[in-house]
Amino acid sequence: MGIAVHGITKRFGDFVALDNVSLEIPTGELVALLGPSGCGKTTLLRIIAGMESADAGQVLFSGEEATHLHARERQVGFVFQHYALFRHMSVFENVAFGLRVKPRGQRLPEPEIRERVMSLLKLVQLDWLAQRYPSQLSGGQRQRIALARALAVEPKVLLLDEPFGALDTQVRKELRRWLRRLHDEMHIASIFVTHDQEEALEVADRVVVLNRGQIEQVGSPDEVYAHPASPFVFRFLGNVNVFHSRMHGAWADVAQEVPRTEGHGDSIAFVRPHDIELERKQATGSIKAQVRHVQPIGPTVRVELEHDGEIVEVDLTRDRHETLRLQSGETVWMRPRQVKVFSAKA
Amino acid sequence: MIEGRARSEPRAVRIALTSIALAFLFFFLILPLAAVFVEALRAGIAAYAGALTEPETLHAIGLTLLIAAIALPFNILFGVAAAWAIAKFEFRGKSLLITLIDLPFAVSPVVAGLLFILLFGAQGYFGHWLQAHDVKIVFAIPGMVLATLFVTVPFVARELIPLMQEQGRDEEEAAISLGASGWQMFMRVTVPNIKWSLLYGVILANARAMGEFGAVSVVSGHIRGETNTLPLHVEIFYNEYNMVGAFAAASVLALLALVTLAAKSVVEWRMRVETEMLSAGLSPEKGS
Amino acid sequence: MRKANVLPGLRLGLGYTLTYLSILVLIPIAALILKSASVSPEQFWQIATGTRAMASYRVTFGASLIAASINAVFGLIVAWVLVRYTFPGKRLIDALVDLPFALPTAVAGITLATLYSGNGWIGQFLEPLGLKVAFTPLGIVVALTFITLPFVVRTLQPVIEDIEPEAEDAAASLGASRWQTWMRVIFPTIFPALLTGFTLGLSRAIGEFGSVIFIAGNMPLISEITPLLIISKLEQYDLPGATVLAVVMLIVSFVLLLTINILQWWTAQRQSGDGGASEPMPAPVVQAA
Repeated sequence: MGIAVHGITKRFGDFVALDNVSLEIPTGELVALLGPSGCGKTTLLRIIAGMESADAGQVLFSGEEATHLHARERQVGFVFQHYALFRHMSVFENVAFGLRVKPRGQRLPEPEIRERVMSLLKLVQLDWLAQRYPSQLSGGQRQRIALARALAVEPKVLLLDEPFGALDTQVRKELRRWLRRLHDEMHIASIFVTHDQEEALEVADRVVVLNRGQIEQVGSPDEVYAHPASPFVFRFLGNVNVFHSRMHGAWADVAQEVPRTEGHGDSIAFVRPHDIELERKQATGSIKAQVRHVQPIGPTVRVELEHDGEIVEVDLTRDRHETLRLQSGETVWMRPRQVKVFSAKA
Repeated sequence: MIEGRARSEPRAVRIALTSIALAFLFFFLILPLAAVFVEALRAGIAAYAGALTEPETLHAIGLTLLIAAIALPFNILFGVAAAWAIAKFEFRGKSLLITLIDLPFAVSPVVAGLLFILLFGAQGYFGHWLQAHDVKIVFAIPGMVLATLFVTVPFVARELIPLMQEQGRDEEEAAISLGASGWQMFMRVTVPNIKWSLLYGVILANARAMGEFGAVSVVSGHIRGETNTLPLHVEIFYNEYNMVGAFAAASVLALLALVTLAAKSVVEWRMRVETEMLSAGLSPEKGS
Repeated sequence: MRKANVLPGLRLGLGYTLTYLSILVLIPIAALILKSASVSPEQFWQIATGTRAMASYRVTFGASLIAASINAVFGLIVAWVLVRYTFPGKRLIDALVDLPFALPTAVAGITLATLYSGNGWIGQFLEPLGLKVAFTPLGIVVALTFITLPFVVRTLQPVIEDIEPEAEDAAASLGASRWQTWMRVIFPTIFPALLTGFTLGLSRAIGEFGSVIFIAGNMPLISEITPLLIISKLEQYDLPGATVLAVVMLIVSFVLLLTINILQWWTAQRQSGDGGASEPMPAPVVQAA
């Protein structure tokens, strides 16, 4: 079953949280809603879950109108950033909750509830914690319980709101991989909200980049990273050097990507730090700059250059750094491998 | 904040609950409050003013103010000292001490009054000695002050202890490490941090001190024009079927109650503003 | 636990605190207990279980239980409405809830007696229905309901405010109806606080004197509360009798105080969600004259 939203708009007072957003997500797909704080991603998720109502627009589940369905009728599994486990219930009772509140006619008999809950706890590998209380668990364990609880009612859609946002880096990485595997087994449509671009690129089938209540780009992780549709996406997905109009002509020559006609004062060129080559000799289209600072960061070496009063960051591989052995104050020539030019108005 | 749609009751339920709550509060709070003033003014403004300016009423007002004026400094000193020791230090028997501070809330005012009769009354433990030296405590102002102090023990301490525990001792330790003396640390760091809660506790203690009836009644001896506070004066008038006098005195106390509520709201508002101001810069960024 | 503490003032603060409490609370209570020991155990038992005393316990505890229960129900509704809903004048109403704490009890007593007497604003409508309130045990319930009104509301409000909104969202998304969410998620969360407020109110009501005597009628065996019986024994110079009843009331106070402490520890635990709540620091309990 797929999810579709059409023309969703939501305002909080004067603030436009979502502005005419449309999106379709087929079954089996794991989609990341990526964007900075306040971009509307959580609001969109809550509207899909029925926890918030939109001012305009439609929500469709499998093509059926669901806009006015109450949250409890949507069969949506929702996982909260801060878990939202019921504190006064044991882990077992938390997972069983959705099964116990079903109308009498649809409710499973107790032994089957027990069986289902235990199998879900096994799925999240925490069956040994069934009788504990949420306060006795670690953050990662709590989030896995929250996921088991959401899955207990066999949701048609799984929605996760910054599911790993409150966890340590190490636990976060583990859970990401685990979520990916789990999603592939369940064969449902899943949407997770994140502000962490690395997380979105690593886990999702498709990434939806949101900014100020609007969709900037939808695409595979590779697409949005390699071919950003807007300056915002370019900036949001990793480090970037921005060159203003004055220099643009030279860059465009090298990249051979930008039509000459665009090459006037009103354009901005974007180059990622690892897409700049540094040479000691001048070549066609290369630009002179001065080395200000060399800083090894993990597997790469960051070189900070100054050109015409502007700071340019370049990431070199360790190998390249070994051969160049740049010193502060020295003059070098930069040559971009890949440039993206946007109109300054964008 | 925004009311999520999954978090509210159906409209009809909301209206029903609101109506029940308001009706309950109307009958139990608003109607009695209105009745005090209506009854006080029943015989007209002149009678009301006459009742209030009677010498005995004026004396009762004066005595009430005097007792509160003596009791409040003791309360402040005790509250700050107790909160300082409890909130900033670890020692054994702390929970017991907190319970002991709470105890006067749980004791019936009548029992509280009786305690002092047993100590200082004619048949009390110190009765003979006091009589021999011609010192009057019970059925005189000192006894009434003691009873008032007993019933107001917890107010200031109760406000300060949780606040000071939450604040911890980092700031005070920083002050000491920067070379401040104990007194400087207290006046420059501690007092600014607790001033609103202290004021809050004082407002509540004052309302209780001026309004106390049971405990003070037992130790006062009901000597007209001498040991009658305003609440006791209300009783005397009421028992003499002087309704205008009783409600005139009562209206002064009701006014005091309204002032207390207003002052309390202002202080609550100040405390909220300050906490929000202080936490605004520190709160972690939340997701969209 | 830290060993060294650079802060000054422990001895001064603790010393002053203990001296103050000793003079005002500990020595007087010790005197009461000492005095009660001057009567023999048989005599003590005889006085404590005398006909008039037993009747006064029934009136005091019965009326207090009823009043605290009324407030548990309505206080819960009031607290919920004040936290969750909006309506004009809400802040004023919220501030007014503390009126019984601020209004001297004697004022409450004479006002309620006047309102509920046969020709009072409320009494004139109840009397024709055969419902006599003023100067009956029912009047005691009314006075105690007024006096203890803020306790449940004020203990519940912060707890309702702190309910994690996501918990309610989670329950709804798992298919629970609003009623199921209420009964299974919200009520268990606030229940310890409700019980705390109930017990605080009960404790206050049992000791209450000022507001009750004006409306009760004070008929021995029918509408005489225990604090009043203590006073009448005192006025008859029956000091041992008054002392024994005071000790009984003191024991009840101790038990209730202990219960409140345990309940508040439970509330704090449920609220924080931590295994071990550090210090059982109960919410401020406010009482007026």
